[in-house]
Amino acid sequence: MSEIIRRDPRREWIARNRLHPEYAAVLAALGVNRGGGAVSEWLGPNGVVRKDPRAIGFIGPNGVKRIDRSGLQQGGQATAASTAARDSRRTVTIDQPAFLVAVVPDLTGGRLSGHDKDLLGLARRVADADAEQPGAVVAILFGEHKGEGDGELKEQTLGEAGIDRVVHLDDEFYAGFSPEARLAALSAVEREMTPRFWLLPDSPLGGADLGRRLSLRLGERAATGVWQIEADHESPLGWRCTARGGAGSLDIQRPLPRVALVLAECAEPVDETRHAAEHLTLAASIPTTLSRIEDLGQVAVDPAGVALAEAEFILSGGNGVKQWDAFHHAAKVLGATEGASRVAVDDGFMARDRQVGATGTWVTARVYMAVGISGAIQHLQGIQRCDKVVAINLDPGCDIIKRADLAVIGDSTQILAALVAMVEQQRGGQRDAA
Amino acid sequence: MQPDRQQQQQGIDVAVLVSIGRHPTTGRARRAEQDARGLELALAMEAELPGTRISVLHAGPQADDSESALRGYLGMGLESMTLLEQPAGSDAILSLVEHLAATAPQLVITGARAERGEGSGLLPYALAEHLGWPLVNSLASVEKVENGVVTLLQALPRGQRRRLKVRLPAIISVDEAAPVARQSAFGPARRATFAITPTTPEADSELAQWHLAPARKRPKRLKIVKAASARDRFKAAAKSEGKGGQVLADVTPEQGAEAIYKLLKEEDVLR
Ligand SMILES: Cc1cc2nc3c(=O)[nH]c(=O)nc-3n(C[C@H](O)[C@H](O)[C@H](O)COP(=O)(O)OP(=O)(O)OC[C@H]3O[C@@H](n4cnc5c(N)ncnc54)[C@H](O)[C@@H]3O)c2cc1C
Repeated sequence: MSEIIRRDPRREWIARNRLHPEYAAVLAALGVNRGGGAVSEWLGPNGVVRKDPRAIGFIGPNGVKRIDRSGLQQGGQATAASTAARDSRRTVTIDQPAFLVAVVPDLTGGRLSGHDKDLLGLARRVADADAEQPGAVVAILFGEHKGEGDGELKEQTLGEAGIDRVVHLDDEFYAGFSPEARLAALSAVEREMTPRFWLLPDSPLGGADLGRRLSLRLGERAATGVWQIEADHESPLGWRCTARGGAGSLDIQRPLPRVALVLAECAEPVDETRHAAEHLTLAASIPTTLSRIEDLGQVAVDPAGVALAEAEFILSGGNGVKQWDAFHHAAKVLGATEGASRVAVDDGFMARDRQVGATGTWVTARVYMAVGISGAIQHLQGIQRCDKVVAINLDPGCDIIKRADLAVIGDSTQILAALVAMVEQQRGGQRDAA
Repeated sequence: MQPDRQQQQQGIDVAVLVSIGRHPTTGRARRAEQDARGLELALAMEAELPGTRISVLHAGPQADDSESALRGYLGMGLESMTLLEQPAGSDAILSLVEHLAATAPQLVITGARAERGEGSGLLPYALAEHLGWPLVNSLASVEKVENGVVTLLQALPRGQRRRLKVRLPAIISVDEAAPVARQSAFGPARRATFAITPTTPEADSELAQWHLAPARKRPKRLKIVKAASARDRFKAAAKSEGKGGQVLADVTPEQGAEAIYKLLKEEDVLR
């Protein structure tokens, strides 16, 4: 085709006039309409950048034109763009790692905890320090991994936390308190892979105990309570760490040993990359040890005796609870610790120390069940750190519904009664079977 | 017949390891909180199982201020304790291992972490590894001792408890979950005596090389919002939007209850 740009003034005029009957056809003919929206900026024939202010923006839901100057165009073609924005993590695969960093997350309740994610962030820092020779993070997971969703998605959460390789051990002898079996498994990993570092969370849930056992088994003097690491060429392994000691009164600076137990918030969790989370199996079978510790299982503790702030499962009642006897009975059957909104406390249905919220207790439950609670901001503040919130309420528009992971619209008395009946029936069935 | 046999089996040898604590605000020497709880546990066992013998051990130098701190333990109702004498800054593990291997108690109780020095909480694990004994951490109470097997309650986070059976000899470590220690009585504390055993200590050369400083305040984590656009940044700053969970409207109470039941089962909170 010829290089000469030919102009059609009439068409250009129509293209500028949005109200012209031929406007759309002309735009299409000019090829301006690439990618769904009109081009708002182009290089004019004289080499000058031309702008069409009318091509910017989109028609909003009420037929009014909206301009979004944040750079993220909304409206018609937004769906594709926003999914792309959400999928902005860089995929990283490390095929030939120069070394391994082993991590043993707690996997509380089958999920990576916040502490675990911080730990993995630290592991990534250590592994990625040298871009030429990246290391791989291998996670050893004990017990079932739940994750959000299942199948692919589940693996994705591991990859997004920064894990390159996974050794998943979910035989039943790792369940409960089984430090000896777990230690045997970690020793097998050590023999096969010889990671350069072992990083564990210094958390009372398991990492603190297992990590100390491991360090003694490997003959290392572990650094405990580590909250900061820095590159340091004089240290044998290239890193120096700062650790809390002396019951929190001292900061100890020392070279980072092979085994380190780290505190929460020691590093930022991974949020820019996605890793392969490729599954590995151990070649040699793990020797089964005869355990001298026998786990007889958890003991039923009286949920009413558990401090509200650390209760795991809270059944909380508000102004929408009409029959308090039934509510207390439900708490007993479900084995939940009781909580309340301020209204329930002020009305004298619950004790003052049961109040959840800004002026009550800030709770950390894994499951918080709010019955007849509207979700005032003072109440929601108190449940910020809860994992799952279940709401039972008559009003589908109230604020607790927005916060809840599962909301059931209906009368609290009936639903609680149905739930109690279901749990009792299930328990009865189990007892008959046993 | 029955009580007789129990009498024979009950009494066991318990060794309690104690260290010198540090008052969190004044920094003065005192009895360490966790070790005192460990001793309390041993004293409770003695009251319950007649014939139990408690020996209290401390490895460290003989000095005035440490002596007054150690007398804090003696004032809880003991006549004497054993002091494995070694200069300050020596490694306590080896002398303790030697002593425990020689005296062979059936149960060793320690605190989880020391309040001075490194305070890494590695000592009970080191003892367990050297002696080859099982170890249980975070103990809440001892339920019973029978036929060389001890039944224990271990404290879990969130106020939960777990029952464990451990073959003796064993090491158990105690933290804040164990019952609070009784008060120390001044008179008995003054009258009690120390049995001093000299040891052949090794200096802790590694610790001497590290740099120890008073704890700095940890920086508070900032909420970092990595947003591509101003709109996202504004949204993140203005309000944390609800994730928008599942809403079940127009269902019968039974259907609603079933959905809740499923979630409770998934989260494993129903027992
Ligand atoms: C300074 C200050 C501090 C405060 N601090 C706190 C605090 O720490 N904690 C706290 O909780 N509050 C606090 N409040 C009070 C708070 O603002 C709300 O007033 C309170 O939380 C509302 O309690 P509620 O949700 O139980 O009651 P309501 O707002 O009356 O909500 C009742 C809900 O129950 C539903 N309902 C009614 N009948 C039924 C039924 N049969 N079945 C099912 N659902 C039904 C309704 O739809 C409604 O959503 C504070 C207020 C102030 C001013």
